[in-house]
Amino acid sequence: MFVPVYPASPSSALTAAVIGAGYQPVPVEDVATLVARTPPGGWAAAIVEVVEDLGRCLSVAAKIGGELGVPVLLVIDRTMTLDVHDQAGFTDFILSPIDRVELTVRMARLGAAALDSSEAAADEELLRFRDLELNTATYQATVGGHPRDLTFMEYELLRFLVENPGRAWSREQILAKVWGYDYFGGSRTVDVHVRRLRAKLGEERSSWITTVRSVGYRFG
Amino acid sequence: MSKQHEYVLRTVSERGIRFIRLWFTDILGQLKSFAITPAELEAALEEGARFDGSAIDGFSRDKEADMLARPDPTTFQILPWRPDGGVARMFCDVETPDGQPFPGDPRGVLKRNLSRAHDLGYAFYVGPEVEFFYFRDSGPEPQVLDRGGYFDLTPLDVAQEYRRATIMALERLGIPVASSHHEVSPSQHELNLRHTDALTMADSLMTTRLAVKEVAMEHGIYATFMPKPLEGYDGSGLHLHLSLFLSDENAFYEQGAEHGLSKVGRGFIAGLLRHGREITAVTNQWVNSYKRLVTGFDAPVFETWGRTDQSAVVRIPITKPDKASSTRIEYRAPDPACNPYLAFSVILAAGLAGIENAYDLPAEGGSASGAHRLPSTLSDALDALEQSELARTALGDHVFEWFLRDKRREWDRYAGHVSQFELDRYLAVL
Repeated sequence: MFVPVYPASPSSALTAAVIGAGYQPVPVEDVATLVARTPPGGWAAAIVEVVEDLGRCLSVAAKIGGELGVPVLLVIDRTMTLDVHDQAGFTDFILSPIDRVELTVRMARLGAAALDSSEAAADEELLRFRDLELNTATYQATVGGHPRDLTFMEYELLRFLVENPGRAWSREQILAKVWGYDYFGGSRTVDVHVRRLRAKLGEERSSWITTVRSVGYRFG
Repeated sequence: MSKQHEYVLRTVSERGIRFIRLWFTDILGQLKSFAITPAELEAALEEGARFDGSAIDGFSRDKEADMLARPDPTTFQILPWRPDGGVARMFCDVETPDGQPFPGDPRGVLKRNLSRAHDLGYAFYVGPEVEFFYFRDSGPEPQVLDRGGYFDLTPLDVAQEYRRATIMALERLGIPVASSHHEVSPSQHELNLRHTDALTMADSLMTTRLAVKEVAMEHGIYATFMPKPLEGYDGSGLHLHLSLFLSDENAFYEQGAEHGLSKVGRGFIAGLLRHGREITAVTNQWVNSYKRLVTGFDAPVFETWGRTDQSAVVRIPITKPDKASSTRIEYRAPDPACNPYLAFSVILAAGLAGIENAYDLPAEGGSASGAHRLPSTLSDALDALEQSELARTALGDHVFEWFLRDKRREWDRYAGHVSQFELDRYLAVL
């Protein structure tokens, strides 16, 4: 992952630590350059190394953090700890000389914070049952991490079942809730789609959908 | 945008689909296809995709040159036999440029017939037994792969591997296979598909024919659905297990009735027996189809029904007492080279006529009409079709007339052919 580093000529110790933590440093002269070089997915985090002018570095950090919403890790000398005490504009700081493990952890926390918020959003869109995952935003289904090619109605039926596990549903109920309209196939359509889902889930998972005699189907 | 369209668009981008094949069927049941790219997909879903219909059988009148294929998003499916997985397909309904259903579209014909059944409260379900042959190639002399017979196991059944690969491909396409086995003739095989509503099944049969041929080609052999490729051996049939559902209930079943058959079930059979001759040209549409419908093989010849009689056109499969609700009707005339959309349309129309007009079911083994035999040639079958108001209504004027014209031409060409049979028998003695 690319990480912008300000100023454009960071210390070699920082550069080595950033690369060691698994990031690709992108030196930037100013905020405008940082904006201009933004990758398609946006920056996950930025690093501002305070080398001389603390005030200027803090104002750059504040622009990156406040205006652009990119979390900023400030790199400071031990003597500056009190100076940054009541300053805003950065998310976290780290003392130089840099401990590479500490940088990894702090970057991960920032990166994780950024990833976490997008993951949290994605998580609401993710339905899980054992090794089955349904992404309701992208309509993709995976089993054990491998995509399964479902048709729209197969996907919608599976989603209904995963969202409503542990109870028996009649064919009429499923038809009304999933198809929502009366279809040429009538309620036997449900049987057809259950069989197709079982076939696509594979033999060892086909028992997830159980037939409840003279009622209908139950999931899980 | 509808959720179904969104589903298709998202899946195409998420799964890296590069081509979307738009499938439709001509009147003779040949699968037709053209491909669009993801960039064209959204417009195709919303407005239909334009194509030149002038080269396609039954679409060929000048004013039909420009046609619209409107994809059915519920049929979107990634094709499993492309190794890179980059190709998907959708079945299409064919429309005229002004957006009206094109009367020469077989899928539209079936939809119209199903809609009529739907108005009566019925859902029409079909479960087919698909028979076919594997040969070494498609050359003029069919070469069998084995001398195996019914239910033979390896090593006589060398094609087991091909069947297995085919079943895997079908399951990935969402077409569950109930069972498969080696059939009676050398190199002949059968796939039994789980029953579905008739529209899904007609789509599934089109897909199955392609999948069987694709998998055979991958293995360097050739698969054919020709009804009777080997003289002296059983031909390939497409036995259809038919049922009607009224809501959740099997409309053919009545507890305590003879053979568990309800009035609806008896009427449906009576309709098939009475109109069987009229619809045979559609269920068995080739000159070669009638080489299969002869006595001495496991093929129907008579317009009768029975429970075990192999030469009856309708069979009532014997169901276990606890499975009585699986009561169904097996119609044994069709062959796998038919157009499934049109075949299902006329079969349904015949059955519904029997129900609506309350035809009497003749005794087991007996016949409904004076004509006891199914048509013995394509020409006979066309004569019967031409007189059939039932078939004309079910198919619509456009398909009915085009079909008769095209098939008469096929028969005329065949009638002028001097066969090896004649040369062998007559040349030396006459």
